[in-house]
Amino acid sequence: MTITQHQQQAYIAGQAAEARLRFELETEGMTLNIGPQHPATHGTLRIVVRLDGEQVVWADPVCGYMHRGYEKLCEVRKYQQVTTLINRIDWLGHFANEVPFILAVEQLYDVEAPPRAQWIRTIFFEMARMANLGLFLGDMGVQLGAITPVFFAFRDREHVLNLMEAATGGRFHPNYDRVGGLKEDLPKGWVDECKEVMKRQREFCDEMEELLVGNEIFQTRTRGIGVIPQQIGLDYGLSGANIRASGVDWDLRRDRPTPLAWKEADWKVWTHPDGDSFARYWVRLQEVRESTKIVDQLLEGLPSGPVMAKMPARLRVPKGEAWVNTENPLGEMGYYVVSDGGPSGPFRCKIRSASFNNISIVPWLLRGVYVPDVITILASLYFILGDIDR
Amino acid sequence: MAQRGAPVGLVESGKVPKPLSWLLNYSRKYSLWVYQWGLACCAIEMGAAFGSPRYDVMRLGVIPLPASARQADLVVVSGTVTDKMAPPIRRLWEQMPDPKYVISMGSCANCGGPYWDSYSVTKGIDQIIPVDVYVPGCPPRPEALLEGIVLLQQRIQHEDMADRWRGEPLVVGGGPIS
Repeated sequence: MTITQHQQQAYIAGQAAEARLRFELETEGMTLNIGPQHPATHGTLRIVVRLDGEQVVWADPVCGYMHRGYEKLCEVRKYQQVTTLINRIDWLGHFANEVPFILAVEQLYDVEAPPRAQWIRTIFFEMARMANLGLFLGDMGVQLGAITPVFFAFRDREHVLNLMEAATGGRFHPNYDRVGGLKEDLPKGWVDECKEVMKRQREFCDEMEELLVGNEIFQTRTRGIGVIPQQIGLDYGLSGANIRASGVDWDLRRDRPTPLAWKEADWKVWTHPDGDSFARYWVRLQEVRESTKIVDQLLEGLPSGPVMAKMPARLRVPKGEAWVNTENPLGEMGYYVVSDGGPSGPFRCKIRSASFNNISIVPWLLRGVYVPDVITILASLYFILGDIDR
Repeated sequence: MAQRGAPVGLVESGKVPKPLSWLLNYSRKYSLWVYQWGLACCAIEMGAAFGSPRYDVMRLGVIPLPASARQADLVVVSGTVTDKMAPPIRRLWEQMPDPKYVISMGSCANCGGPYWDSYSVTKGIDQIIPVDVYVPGCPPRPEALLEGIVLLQQRIQHEDMADRWRGEPLVVGGGPIS
């Protein structure tokens, strides 16, 4: 078949038209700066996003806006003073931050808190989880444009905080844990009140399930968005609900031997095979439910006795090092405490917090997604800025 | 820390009649648009004060929903201000239109709080921007923030438009001003 001159000219004209079209439609890239203060970043994370039209070409999280120098400050504080500070690392999971540090110091000092103290610690740990993840359950709605859920979340969170305040005196930062036990015992009538609040928390979870999980808009915005495959998640060092939503059955509460009382209760680790934003929301919803179950069972069998082991007035921790990690609301949190045997605080305190590793996947995860989904994915990853920067 | 904003016409002449200034102040104090500059733990208590049904700040005439600092009359700086965060805060304050007010919420924003010896924390935002009301606490309860807002409203009511920058900062719990 020979090509006629007419065909040749038509071909050239077509090529030229296409080139012109490509030139006209070619969009210039745009660099969008999300943050450092943005409602979706839960604080002061700045994310630099390079856009091609509506799609993200690359994203770069810039952290450090909330760096307060925790590890250095821990070195100049005494052991009793450190708990005041580390309450504020993950400010929503306040009490859960204290526990691993205190367990590490107890391991160094070779003292074990009495069983009642361990059980109350576990109860408060789970209540911190409720206060933390409960707010996430409502806040996720806000990022998708639904304002109502966050009002419910704040309403039911207040009940948990009231319980905390009744027992510890601190509404937000309890500072309740001591090396060798707890500050003081539970007040009178606290247990019955706590059972009521657990009932309300379960109702709140049902409400969220009806409001958001069954909602068609919510499902369209989150299903299949921001998928983290199992292996990639493990490679980036994700932990907590983020990795359980990718189908990894891994929970330090169950898998790590600990003096706390999780083994006394009957509960389940929930996983989800999908690994998308929806799965992450769903897993956290089930986690709050499991927490209420754990607290209910522990309240039933709460042992009596003292809440403080015999401790000297001046704490002198012997030379050594200890590493304790627990499953915090956001994921794995660990403290590596080195003591030089001196009368002052730790010689070194390395803090492994969950959010710092959890957001390390952001550049990989945001590549190729559309701009509105950036906010959804960030919200579903659920990080606390103090937990990232420390 | 006295600092003048952009000229607004009527105010500079200093000839606002008393009933007019009363009316002006009365309307201003119940339509405060507050920009939430939430940084750390205090941001959650601020959220509880602004977004929760128990505290409900809107009954005080405060609207916590401006999309940008350029639409806001009041900014609540709540939480730890680090040296990396200080320049954006200054820029935020410069973007706000006059008359503008600042509430510093929490010990960290007031003076550094528990991070008083940290190498990276700014010890008090009053080094960067003028502050109208300090709310102490670590973090302050939502009620404390509400009281701070009420004190600010009292201050706005008794304000002479011409010299509104000359006042001393307020401290919550320091007694009423009239």
